[in-house]
This record gives sequence, C-alpha cells and structure tokens, in this order.
Amino acid sequence: MKFAIQVNEGPYQHQAADTAYQFAKAAIENGHEIMRVFFYHDGVNNASRFTLPPQDDRHVVNNWASLDIKDADGEPELVVCVAAALRRGMLDESEATKNSIEGNNLHPAFRISGLGQLIEAGIQSDRLVVFGD
Amino acid sequence: MATKKFMYLNRRSSFGTVYAIESLEVVLIAAAFEQDVSLAFMDDGVYQIVEGQETDGIGMKNFSKTFHALGDYDINKLYVSKESLEERGLSESDLMPLVYEDEDDDWEEKPSIRVVTNDELKAIMSEQDVCLSF
Repeated sequence: MKFAIQVNEGPYQHQAADTAYQFAKAAIENGHEIMRVFFYHDGVNNASRFTLPPQDDRHVVNNWASLDIKDADGEPELVVCVAAALRRGMLDESEATKNSIEGNNLHPAFRISGLGQLIEAGIQSDRLVVFGD
Repeated sequence: MATKKFMYLNRRSSFGTVYAIESLEVVLIAAAFEQDVSLAFMDDGVYQIVEGQETDGIGMKNFSKTFHALGDYDINKLYVSKESLEERGLSESDLMPLVYEDEDDDWEEKPSIRVVTNDELKAIMSEQDVCLSF
C-alpha cells in the first residue's frame, strides 16, 4: 500500500513523532511504500540538524533521515511546510539567503515546500495517516 | 487529477494553540486542488466559528473573518457537532452566519453551516477518503 504521513508535533515533547517514525519504519519493512512524510505545526522541528539529544536517548531527526524516503529522482520526501517552518525559525540555505539570515538548520534529508504537497499526498496515496496530539 | 473527499476535522478552539489557524491555512490551499472539501467542528473546535470574536486584547490575529471567504472557494459544507455545541451552552444562533451562493440554484445564498448529531457526523466521516485532524 502507498502511505503518506502527516506529523503535527515536534520531537521529544510529544510521542507523535516517534510513533509516526515507528509506523513508517514498520510499513517499509513490511513492503509498503511511504510516498511522503509531511511535517506541519511544531512537527517542522523534526527537521532540525542542530538537534543534540543525550547519548542514551533516541535521535528523532536522525531516525527520520535513516528511513531514506526519497522520490524516483532522489529528492527527499520528508517535506517540511514552508509557512510553518519559517515562523518557527526552521530554514534551509535558500530561505536563509532569501531572508538575509546567516546560517540554516534544515537537515539535508528533508526539504521545505508548500502545503500543496500535503494535499497532493492525500490525493496520490492510498492512505494518509495523521500523527498528532 | 482524481477527486477525493477531504474532511478537515477541527477539535480545538481558535486561540491557545496554533492548530485552528494553521488548519484554516491548509483548507485555503486545498481549495485550489478542486477536491470535494468539507469541514467538521467538534469539541472545542466549535468555538472557531462563534460570532463576535475579538482579539485586540491578546495581540493575536483575528482570523475568524476568513471563514466568511470559504463560500467563495466552493467550500460550503461546514458540519458542526450538535452535542459539542450543547455541552458548551452554545446554539446555532451563536455561530457566524456563514453562507455560499449556490450556482445550481440561480446563485441563491444558502447557509454553509449544518448542525448534525455525532451519529450523523460519524456517518459523514466514514464516507471520506481523507480526514485531516487538527
């Protein structure tokens, strides 16, 4: 089955991101496709490459990256909502440059795009599964 | 592009958390995709469409007026839980008079809000292809 996933909560504060990751991992291991994971609300914080949990804890951001979810052209399908990201200080290089801000924090396994990508995922997938509080 | 039935389920009040306004942002984008869109309001979500919201005192954007624009985007199915209204001492007359113009009926102005029981809402939800919960 072709799944799309929406993640509405940030890492560490809520379990939603961990549960979504476990679901995605199990789905892939069982031969299903995760066509896109869309990060919305505080979920955008799952994409920060500055995340540094203690060594004895799971690394939520690296867990996402390890799933290696990409499209046929090798583009990341871990998609962060641009409007939600910018208002929370989550920037890739392009957005940082555009807004004259030094530095950027988006992990390279993710990409920033618009809300249309969420609707498109709902249309193209067999199931859209929402993980939130 | 295939047409699916999308429902946006709103369960939180307008302010206090960001879910309501960011849900409305998704709905407005969704309007461009020509899908069959409906909204549902239950639990504290019914507060999102209460008439007379005033935000000057809390420094937040009053986005409640945006709901009036939904009719122009062909989004005219706003289901509201009867039980959730009653639990909060609210009735349909406390809600914004949201309307749309029905192109199949000589552009007559009709109400977008449909108060339904939770049982009816359950049946409507089960007909959806995609249900996004906020």
